[in-house]
Amino acid sequence: MSSSELQQLYQQIILDHAKYRHGASSEPFGVFDADGAPGLRLAESHQVNTTCGDEITVRVGVRAGSGAAADAAVTDAAGPAPVIEQFVWRGDGCSISMASASVLADTMTGLTVSEAEALVTTFRELLRSRGTIEPDEEVLGDAAAFAGVSKYPARVKCAMLPWVAFEAALMQVAAASAAPAAPLA
Amino acid sequence: MTLSAPSFRRAAAVALTEDEVARIRNDFPILEQRINGHPLNYLDSGATSQNPISVMEAEQEYYEQRNAAVHRGAHTLAFAATEVFESARETVAAFIGAQPDELVWTSNATEGVNLVAYAISNASLGLGGPDAARFRIGAGDEIVVTEMEHHANLIPWQQLALRTGATLRFIPVLDDGTLDLAAAATIVGPRTRLLAFTHASNVVGTINPVAELVELAHRFGALVLLDACQTVPHLPVDVAALDVDFAVFSGHKMLGPTGIGALFGKAELLAGLPPFLTGGSMITTVDMEHAEFLAPPQRFEAGTQRISQAIALAAAVDYLTETGMDRIALREAELGQRLVAGLAEIPGVRVLGPAAGIDRIGLAAFDVAGVHAHDVGQFLDEAGIAVRVGHHCAQPLHRRLGITASTRASTYLYTTTDEVDQFLAAMHEVAPFFGVKP
Repeated sequence: MSSSELQQLYQQIILDHAKYRHGASSEPFGVFDADGAPGLRLAESHQVNTTCGDEITVRVGVRAGSGAAADAAVTDAAGPAPVIEQFVWRGDGCSISMASASVLADTMTGLTVSEAEALVTTFRELLRSRGTIEPDEEVLGDAAAFAGVSKYPARVKCAMLPWVAFEAALMQVAAASAAPAAPLA
Repeated sequence: MTLSAPSFRRAAAVALTEDEVARIRNDFPILEQRINGHPLNYLDSGATSQNPISVMEAEQEYYEQRNAAVHRGAHTLAFAATEVFESARETVAAFIGAQPDELVWTSNATEGVNLVAYAISNASLGLGGPDAARFRIGAGDEIVVTEMEHHANLIPWQQLALRTGATLRFIPVLDDGTLDLAAAATIVGPRTRLLAFTHASNVVGTINPVAELVELAHRFGALVLLDACQTVPHLPVDVAALDVDFAVFSGHKMLGPTGIGALFGKAELLAGLPPFLTGGSMITTVDMEHAEFLAPPQRFEAGTQRISQAIALAAAVDYLTETGMDRIALREAELGQRLVAGLAEIPGVRVLGPAAGIDRIGLAAFDVAGVHAHDVGQFLDEAGIAVRVGHHCAQPLHRRLGITASTRASTYLYTTTDEVDQFLAAMHEVAPFFGVKP
């Protein structure tokens, strides 16, 4: 490995996101209250990378698409597309995992849930490609900078950690939407 | 640290020289490797050490010449295997100042701690009869550990406390990475049944005052278990002189193979201790309802043993003994001091544990302001330097020191001064690379 390869891993955009963490809560999270915001379906996921102890908590708020009543539950596929309205996180970890969370916050806010899920799949395929997939910056935006991570299998987990937390939170939203009477898991 | 001055300081020995280290390196083929275009600079022996050729040959020779089940069978190979297996026990026991029947093979130190914890648990259920009564614990009894323990010497005691209703307490760590001995004197008391602590910290490198802690525990009739994982490979250790009741260590940290470690227990204690794992090879007579158990150490060695690993570990011990543990200890003490002094000069680097000039084993863990340990490790790996990053299986200690992860460089008898210096030079480049201004 040459120094330029290390610089491909630690691209400036990644170092910047690691330093100026978008969407990161500066205050410790209070107790999670799934019903804390009227009209929003809230979910939280905490993930730990057991290899190194990195951890992250992601909180998302999903709102039913335009036209839905302010406090209506998120609707199913037949209704307006639900949109990710809130994305906040708190974490402690290496520059790769922290930058990944920052990019994730920028990328996901405002997307529909199905757009977000598709992007998670694209990102995961990129990271698992061991450098064989050329990232589409049009689709991935800043997340394309993590292509270099795919050549370092030991670091793929670092970059994926926030995305896995986000995905788990979306699954909770989906589960709660499918059975609105049941409490969030 | 006068009370805890390690015994190797009193030895009339001199440290291994640079030339001797250069010769030693010829015995370790893996060190010839290049990593990312650089010679491998292996500074992770605290996690696992490398193997000399003699250790690998011992294992191969066993499989080529003597492989058979030990302690059973009436054929020549079975006798040969048993002989070399028991001879390995004698070698390793002598290395730590124990009698052969005081040394129980385990998979690693973790299994050794669990063996004692589960045996105490079994005694507390009434197993083992009157001989085991002294090991019974329950509500009102206390198990004491320290805040600097590796998870292997913490979680088995947490679990034992949960199973028995005993209370787990701990001796706190001071800001300088030493134990709060004043607090220890108030925590260890009449309720204490067992004190488990590490001989040397795998993170901060502190060498704990064993004699003082053993005296404290024994004053109240409490048993002492010593985690010797970071000392048996690096310092002369004599468990009889230290008067500990139990001690554990792992083979792979002392030039041996993985999958083998040992538990030392005083003969009179092992004699009363009920077994942990049960099955074949640890019994005398068995009927459908009952079994009678063998005397130690076989009572604690159920099933077919790690024969080749035990033999290879004895070869590792021979290698260490021939090199001289006192000389290895002095050499690593020098390298440990060089690491600490060099790291302390780097802006933004905080060395954890004892400051330069204070006794420590040959390792140093540190925090780099603004750069996560994982990133430090990645940067060093580019230069062929292998270090450990993360919590080093000591999350409570890291929390106590106000961090979640650190980077650790650890040396061994094959580490050169140049390697330490190359590591220190690379460390100067870490903060600039990540754009952090200390």
